[in-house]
Amino acid sequence: MRLLSATFAIAWKDVRLEFRSRDTIVSALIFGLIVVVVFNFGLNRAPGSLGPAAPGLLWVAYAFVGVLAMNRAFARELEQGALDGLLAAPVSRDAVFLGKMLGTLAFMVLIEAILLPVFAVMLDLPALSPVLGLIILLATIGFATVGTFFAAIAAQTRSREILLPVLFFPVIVPVIIAAVEATALALQGGPMLPIWTRWLPLLVVFDAVFLVICPWIFGFVFEG
Amino acid sequence: MAAIAGRGPTDSTLRVVIRDFRLWVLFATAALTIVDVYLIFVVAPTDQVLGHIQRIFYIHVPISILSFLGFLVCAVAGVGYLIRRGEIWDRVAHAAAEVGVVFVTLALVTGVIWARPVWGVWWTWEPRLTTTLILWLIYVAYLMIRHYAPTPQQGRAWSAVVGIIGFVDVPIVYYSVQWWRSIHPVQVIGPEAADDALEPIMARILIFSLVAMLALFAYLLLERVALRGTEDAVSVIRRQGTYD
Repeated sequence: MRLLSATFAIAWKDVRLEFRSRDTIVSALIFGLIVVVVFNFGLNRAPGSLGPAAPGLLWVAYAFVGVLAMNRAFARELEQGALDGLLAAPVSRDAVFLGKMLGTLAFMVLIEAILLPVFAVMLDLPALSPVLGLIILLATIGFATVGTFFAAIAAQTRSREILLPVLFFPVIVPVIIAAVEATALALQGGPMLPIWTRWLPLLVVFDAVFLVICPWIFGFVFEG
Repeated sequence: MAAIAGRGPTDSTLRVVIRDFRLWVLFATAALTIVDVYLIFVVAPTDQVLGHIQRIFYIHVPISILSFLGFLVCAVAGVGYLIRRGEIWDRVAHAAAEVGVVFVTLALVTGVIWARPVWGVWWTWEPRLTTTLILWLIYVAYLMIRHYAPTPQQGRAWSAVVGIIGFVDVPIVYYSVQWWRSIHPVQVIGPEAADDALEPIMARILIFSLVAMLALFAYLLLERVALRGTEDAVSVIRRQGTYD
């Protein structure tokens, strides 16, 4: 219970901070839009040919926006020694990790939910499907878990902006693959079976593995 | 274990043992490698379909397998460091990752050289190639993290956790990419191999090659661990002015 209340307290603190300043959320939304616009010029060489690339574009945008959000999550803690206060608090490192992760998750899901209808219009996607919602939630849990862990490391270095993507993207490859393939299947309206037998289980396994490992080794990130 | 970890007399004893053992491994590696080159280029029959290019596989397959061994050693030594806190664990983990990255780079290069005449392209997004490339990226990031760490102690702890996460991620990457698409030659040794997949003489040379590359792997690992010890001693002397 103590773990849960501490976790939610930390997550709630981050969410409230975000809503009071609103600087990250606006820039994240605009950045997500810019990613789609820029990639459009890279991929849409013949008019109307963006269709097959749309699920990939969606997830590239989500992943890029996610990195932006995660960098913020720990960069903010470094201002005025807030991190020391957080670590000195009489709660376990698990609670700190899960709290930061939940805060990031909530923030990312919110941004993704706002961006989805915009992307649906721009990319001509039938975006309102419950399956897609489930895919987005599971994939974002994977993003937030691994991303929060690496952001905690990257934030303590001078070159955090470059270090986080270098650590984050190679590890997150299975999530990108599963999310893109499942999204493509869900949007096609064709055979849905591989989503349930393959891609969603893959996302669940990824999430479960890293939700166990990351809190377990999180304490070592703050030594020295 | 604590004695090995510190900079006490036990450490230097261990270093002497490593140094002497290292020489023997070097001699064994040299002998095995010379014989291996002879076997690959003179003894091994030319492949009827692929021609001479097939000979690259006697190097390509062993170094691919051994790069995985390097990353396994890196992850295990990383766990060892986090639990036991001996610097020797960290040196082994770092050395294993470096040797692993060298081997995986060579595996990618030999694979690309082989793919051009056989598949007609230098590169294709085939599962094993893709997995290997992602593996390479993960462990290059592992080697980078140490340089970005503000203190050596943070560098050791961060490397250990990144090594563990990277290693756990490898099978998940492999299966996800496998499902994503599949034209790599099927596995030729091990449980999945068909009985007639490989000529007996070719299989024997491949196994000999694996032993030779294993010796090279062991030598590079020992040499690098010893060198890391010296590097650490130098940095202690720089900082303190003495080393005892």
